[in-house]
Amino acid sequence: MRDEALDALPVEGKHRSRWVETLLLLGRNPMALVSGAVLFALVVVAVFGAAVAPYGYNEQFAGGQLEAPSGQHWFGTDEFGRDVFSRVLFGAEVSLRVGLVAVGISLVAGVLMGLLAGYFGRWLDDVLMRFSDMLFAFPAMLMAIAILAILGPGENNAMIAIGIVYTPIFARVTRASVLSVREEIYIRASRASGAGNTRVLARHVLPNVSAPIIVQTTVSLAFAILSEAALSFVGLGTQPPDPSWGRMLSEGRGFIEQAWWMALFPGLAIFVTVLAFNVLGDALRDVLDPRQRSALSGKGGGA
Amino acid sequence: MAGEPPLVRASGLHVHFPMRSQMPFRRSVTEVVRAVDGVDLHVRRGETLGLVGESGCGKSTLGQALVRLIDPSAGTVEFDGVDTATLSASALRSLRRRMAVIFQDPFASLDPRRTVGDTIGEPLAIHGLHRGRRRRRARIGELMEVVGLDPDHRGRYPHEFSGGQRQRVGIARALAGEPEFVVCDEPIASLDVSVQAQVMNLLVRLQRDFGLTYLFVSHDLAAVRQVADRVAVMYLGRIVEIGAAPSVVDDPQHPYTEALVSAVPAPSPRKERARDRIVLGGDIPSPAAPPSGCRFRTRCPKVFDPCPHYDPVLQPVGGDDALGGDDAVGGDTGDADAAQGHQAACHLHGVRG
Repeated sequence: MRDEALDALPVEGKHRSRWVETLLLLGRNPMALVSGAVLFALVVVAVFGAAVAPYGYNEQFAGGQLEAPSGQHWFGTDEFGRDVFSRVLFGAEVSLRVGLVAVGISLVAGVLMGLLAGYFGRWLDDVLMRFSDMLFAFPAMLMAIAILAILGPGENNAMIAIGIVYTPIFARVTRASVLSVREEIYIRASRASGAGNTRVLARHVLPNVSAPIIVQTTVSLAFAILSEAALSFVGLGTQPPDPSWGRMLSEGRGFIEQAWWMALFPGLAIFVTVLAFNVLGDALRDVLDPRQRSALSGKGGGA
Repeated sequence: MAGEPPLVRASGLHVHFPMRSQMPFRRSVTEVVRAVDGVDLHVRRGETLGLVGESGCGKSTLGQALVRLIDPSAGTVEFDGVDTATLSASALRSLRRRMAVIFQDPFASLDPRRTVGDTIGEPLAIHGLHRGRRRRRARIGELMEVVGLDPDHRGRYPHEFSGGQRQRVGIARALAGEPEFVVCDEPIASLDVSVQAQVMNLLVRLQRDFGLTYLFVSHDLAAVRQVADRVAVMYLGRIVEIGAAPSVVDDPQHPYTEALVSAVPAPSPRKERARDRIVLGGDIPSPAAPPSGCRFRTRCPKVFDPCPHYDPVLQPVGGDDALGGDDAVGGDTGDADAAQGHQAACHLHGVRG
């Protein structure tokens, strides 16, 4: 009898609708929509680059070196007569993968370190944060090169090295926010209800420190793509003749006076990608904050 | 009634907060803040014990120590006869279902990123009560109705509610685990005056309906007089006076309580004009360095010889001989009984330290 009454209650999936609502709100922001479309296109190019590109990334046109952009070669050709447009398309895969994987590594490791250090404090804070300071003390490039000297050059190792180098930033950003959030009364209230550390960290602390982490993630994506470029430049990242935007940018630098397109187009690709990540990250941060959310959806909230 | 063991009992309770220097690896203690400094207290099942005192006297800390939100530095807290310090983590967790806290600031005590339904349902999730999505949902709706909220608002976020409504959410969360003991930590202090009475009445009704035991922490003596069966007055980490609410408020025996009582506005203008106010000078001393002897002596209008030398203990006071100068408390225990165990820690009632 009681269960009948219970069955009569509507039981629409609240979690499903919350995700859908987030996406819908995100869709209302035109900037987010545009950047989302750009990133989607990039992913398509990264996955299907070979099918989209007009030429092979290593296909040389004899006698067609350093040609200016034209109907045949939209972005011109490089010093070996390779089509820059095709190489930019192929490079999307490398750059996106390196950016996402490297930032993924530092995001997971850094946020975990920051959460534990900030929440538990005491000796754990000292150990984790001094370790992170140690990593932070070296210039990023020097550190990455040192790590690659141990692991050996190559794209995968470059991702790991970049991931390690950017970990302390995430640890610091997270820890700083955790330090203030852990003193909040709602954390105490949750503990009063019997919540353990795992629950408090996952359900209360992490969601409330997410805003600066999201912003840091989008910024770091940009830096990771550039770091991969720098590592490739010194020969420790992507190995030639494989294309990556960073590699193309640094190689094009030498020809900037004869062939500006060699550096410009990979540079633009990095610029657009980074910008798209940043805009989407900002929009995501706003939409994930319930206070902003009701302002966005015009529900009208209290003070 | 007297034979029944108390629901909560604190014995020799101390809560000290060490202030540490910020040097890494060498966090030496520079000074110790004695927020609660030797408190013996019990709360009987079904009663409301009011706990009053100025800001910073340690009353909130004491309240939170009683539910083990703060670990005591010394002394014991017994809940239903069990020493809470001896419990394993899981036993303590299941004990948490039987006690709850209503916090002062309804704006800070609700997680801004969780819906009020999630917040109210958290104790259910933690203790595995009302399992199943529908059941839990129904229970959350039921709790919201009990505290006077619309169950359809369970999907809303805290910022979409007013202060009074948020405090109702906090109360619903406290009730979710069907607790026996509830610490109300200044539950109405940060609400609009118009809402205070509503929330107060709600708390009284809930106590009646669910047979709750309250520790009602407040600096508002008038509010405490209204709801409490007994009142404890706290000053600088110590209980300085305790007894039946009418006895303590209408016939205060400690100079500090007298000052507190005199600060309560009288309900009529004529009485208000005739009222004698005792205005205490100075601030509450630092709990890191309490004065020698009686802690209240630096501000006490009736300070005399023994005060700096002897730390007064709680002792029974007579019902009618208010502030007599007689040193001997006398063997009139029958008189103390009449005042329902009214006790004060003041040398005016006989020097004991």
